[in-house]
Amino acid sequence: MLTVAHLTKQFNAAPVLDGFSFSLPRNGFTVLIGPSGCGKTTLFDVLTGVVSKDAGTIRWGGRTLAHLGAEAAYMQQKDLLLPWLSLAENAMLPARLRREKNLITVRKRVESLFARLGLAGFEDHRPATVSGGMRQRCALVRTLMFHRELTLLDEPLSALDAITRRSLQSLLLMLQRDFQRTLLMITHDVEEALLLADRVLVVSAAPMRIIQDIPLATPKPRKPDDPTLIALKESVLARLEGELDHVVA
Amino acid sequence: MWWPKFVAAGVILVLLILWELACRGLNLPPYILPPPSRIGLVALTRAPLIGPHALATAVEIIAGIALALVVAIPLAIVMFARPALERALAPFLVASQAVPVFAVAPLLVVWLGYGMTSKILMAAVIIFFPITVSLLAGLKSCDRDLRLLFGLMGGGFLDSLRLLYFPWALPQFFAGLRVGVSVATIGAVIGEWVGAQQGLGYLMIQANARLQVDLVFAVILWLTLMGLGLWTLVGWIEGRVVTWR
Repeated sequence: MLTVAHLTKQFNAAPVLDGFSFSLPRNGFTVLIGPSGCGKTTLFDVLTGVVSKDAGTIRWGGRTLAHLGAEAAYMQQKDLLLPWLSLAENAMLPARLRREKNLITVRKRVESLFARLGLAGFEDHRPATVSGGMRQRCALVRTLMFHRELTLLDEPLSALDAITRRSLQSLLLMLQRDFQRTLLMITHDVEEALLLADRVLVVSAAPMRIIQDIPLATPKPRKPDDPTLIALKESVLARLEGELDHVVA
Repeated sequence: MWWPKFVAAGVILVLLILWELACRGLNLPPYILPPPSRIGLVALTRAPLIGPHALATAVEIIAGIALALVVAIPLAIVMFARPALERALAPFLVASQAVPVFAVAPLLVVWLGYGMTSKILMAAVIIFFPITVSLLAGLKSCDRDLRLLFGLMGGGFLDSLRLLYFPWALPQFFAGLRVGVSVATIGAVIGEWVGAQQGLGYLMIQANARLQVDLVFAVILWLTLMGLGLWTLVGWIEGRVVTWR
């Protein structure tokens, strides 16, 4: 279980996180949704150790850690593939940086994941020669190759077109189901949050706090036209609009 | 568009024609200003004389480039790894370029003799600055998110340098190298002017003293072609190394 308690971070005396607390169950898919500039990315920066926290505790796997830099896999909106490496070499990077001895086995593992994600035959292609959706799927394979249970996803699908996004949403569900990952994702898309998550945390404008905690027990995959989801979507959007009005006022 | 590549050639051709017509129309003696046709003829017919000197200068330039690379690449990496060192070394780097190369050349000849060593060092001094500065700028320009990703993947400095920073900086490195090789002839020729027994700079001084202005121009033509050749060679290597652009 990931437990974050009383996390505090200020920039120029302005609190972005002011005692923010939450916990994630193992193997759960939790989505964080909130207005722009509320501090979601700051939360990820603090969790990954990019910026240091002012106060608070982070506990993962029974240990208290300064940050989760060495514990979490990470994927963001940009695919961050290196243009000078092939897709397979990009996906193998976490293993190479871990100095895994048997790179042939690693390559085979990558090839098998490529086949599962519809990238078979593109292992030796450079990123510039494939579509945005394929690059993002390759980034997903690289995220899996971290071999870390906790995975932080910072708007990983927001730059994709609707069809590619739908296909990658299915892959994220497969990632959670088949690879037993604990996922924490930031998104701006309420529908995406409700389709994927086991739990949606709606957060306020900065300083960020949880204003709505929505557990979702309905089985996946879910349908966007499910009346329960549509009602929930309206409710979340109303809360977010309320937050926006609060910021404007 | 096909025409831009012919603009430079067209401008040069027009200038050469005007130069040729001026020399003929004004009856200028060749020891004052020889016409381009004569310079071209001398550059070809005196090739047996110019060639060995050109070879000596080329060796000095290539050795200077090699020496500059050996110094510049580790220096840029060390300054990238240790920003405090960059701040400490920056004044020396700038000073190395602020002192006129003409002022240093006689000293180097006194210290290192009339042989190739002083010329190689002169060329290296001129080349290493643009290479160091451009490589350092390239390393520092690496994408923040990629740096973060490598950090999270557990990449140490050397692995990150090999797999991320250095490939990232290669285009800027080659831009600096192109600037370096295009000015490399300056260092070698100045060194040869001050004191040498061979080389195109030495041949220019000898020809000038004998009022063989056409030979001086022919040597300048050879030097220009060498500079263009090096520029093209670096571009060719860049095209084979930086294959992802």
